[in-house]
Amino acid sequence: MTDPSLHRIVASLVPKGARVLDLGCGDGALLSYLAEHKGCTGYGIEISDDNVQACVQRGVNVIQLNLEEGLAMFGDQSFDVVLQIDTLQNLKNAEVVMQETARVGKTGVVAFPNFAHWPNRWSVLWGRMPVTRRLPYQWYDTPNIRVGTHADLLALALHNHLQILDNFGVHQGRVVRTLPNWRASTSVLKFTGAIPSTVS
Amino acid sequence: MLIASPESMHFDAPLTLQSGAVLRQYRLAYETYGQLNAQKSNAVLVCHALNASHHVAGVYEGQTHSEGWWDTMVGPGKPVNTDEFFVIGVNNLGSCFGSTGPMHDNPDTGRIYGADFPVVTVEDWVHAQARLLDQLGIRQLAAVLGGSLGGMQALSWTLQYPERVSHAVVVASAPNLNAENIAFNEVARRAIVTDPDFHGGNFYAKGVVPKRGLRIARMIGHITYLSDDVMNEKFGRQLREGLDLKYSTQEVEFQIESYLRYQGDKFAEYFDANTYLLITRALDYFDPAKACGGDLSQAFQKARAKFLLVSFTTDWRFSPQRSREIVKALLDNRCEVSYAEIDAPHGHDAFLLTDARYMAVMHGYFQGIQKELKQEEPKHQKLQEAQAQKGDERP
Repeated sequence: MTDPSLHRIVASLVPKGARVLDLGCGDGALLSYLAEHKGCTGYGIEISDDNVQACVQRGVNVIQLNLEEGLAMFGDQSFDVVLQIDTLQNLKNAEVVMQETARVGKTGVVAFPNFAHWPNRWSVLWGRMPVTRRLPYQWYDTPNIRVGTHADLLALALHNHLQILDNFGVHQGRVVRTLPNWRASTSVLKFTGAIPSTVS
Repeated sequence: MLIASPESMHFDAPLTLQSGAVLRQYRLAYETYGQLNAQKSNAVLVCHALNASHHVAGVYEGQTHSEGWWDTMVGPGKPVNTDEFFVIGVNNLGSCFGSTGPMHDNPDTGRIYGADFPVVTVEDWVHAQARLLDQLGIRQLAAVLGGSLGGMQALSWTLQYPERVSHAVVVASAPNLNAENIAFNEVARRAIVTDPDFHGGNFYAKGVVPKRGLRIARMIGHITYLSDDVMNEKFGRQLREGLDLKYSTQEVEFQIESYLRYQGDKFAEYFDANTYLLITRALDYFDPAKACGGDLSQAFQKARAKFLLVSFTTDWRFSPQRSREIVKALLDNRCEVSYAEIDAPHGHDAFLLTDARYMAVMHGYFQGIQKELKQEEPKHQKLQEAQAQKGDERP
């Protein structure tokens, strides 16, 4: 589902040698990419049996867990980066998982489909839910139970007192920094839960 | 078809057990499958649980229904592929399938050990297994693998011999037994010990076997290995004969009774009562966190292996929660670990069955190990060549 160019862009937000936790890691492709190109270590979390098997087979550490149950297994600030790539929109407990991400990771990176991308707005304006390459599902069979926008994601972060380190859109493999809430099909947010150190 | 042939090795060097007792000499029964490669890097040790043995896979020549206890997992083309790996199954000390146990002669007295066979622990078994590997010339295991009590041995390997294990695969296991589990073991032990034919463990000379106790022990065990759902699905409230109640308190009425009695009878024919006591005690005693004040994370500081843990959602005897405790301890130590929680209906027994998702994860993991071995081959070859050259240069 997630296209490889998004993986490259996400990888650019991850420092070399970082210890990474990837929530909803799919078949482990991103972790495998990070290990190979950036010397990262870490674990993926997956609920699907097929994905767990795929990870195990490619030598990616994977823990089979339901994210809705939280991340109790993981200690505070025990990872450099916690990734949530195309995961948030599938979670009932999206806000709790955001908080858990900030607890477990020194930084968090979230990417998810931006519902406010202009073709989506256009579609809704004409009275129909959007069906696009990024959101290929019908309203009645979509696994995306949390439909939000880039602006909503920023608001959620602020609401939880998270510090936004970077935010931008991604569309067709390119970073969109101008009017991302209009122009990008994917929203990306890098944040930290740590209180910023004040300069004295 | 894989043909298995049992072997056995005698050890003269005394083995000091955890209790302080010493086995002056002992014998280990084992089987091997597949070929050890030139680098001796493809060995996989399979540890057995309560009632199994060194006969892990294959069949004995000319004997039908003689498949090894984990023949579904180990063999040519199976998850632990014997075309690629050199697999070793070893019978543990105190068992009743060929390795030195309570039914053998005590060299100190010339009489059968019986109740005098020393209490053995998971750690003792691992030490003995390590000696067998020494004799087979295997320095490092590609993997150690076990389910249930076998999984405890695999865990213990990574703590007792951290440098000798590349991967540990631990299925349906636990970091120790909880009170309920010890309680089940105790009921089983009391059933055996209070059987009038037990004679304090020295029944061999009397020519009797405490079969009643063994049967009940096995019946209890069986209940705990199954899930409520599977038992209901398999037996429900079905009567053994017809639809009418017999209004009898002692005859077999329900199918589940018949099944448990059958399992008990079968078990009492081949299993040794003292072995049952010893092995359940080894289960009770296993607790690697004990030496660290109960801190499992601290206990696993020593571990260097990569881990795969597997649990089954309906396993209430070795529940997923217990496997998660191990995973957490490994995560705390930044060990490499993967964990699969298989939503299988079969309870603890699932680890011996062939749920497709379970088999796929095991297959995938062992393929990953195979890939690692292949990547290391050229390194090893270069090292050998370099060593050979050095040898040539010597005057």
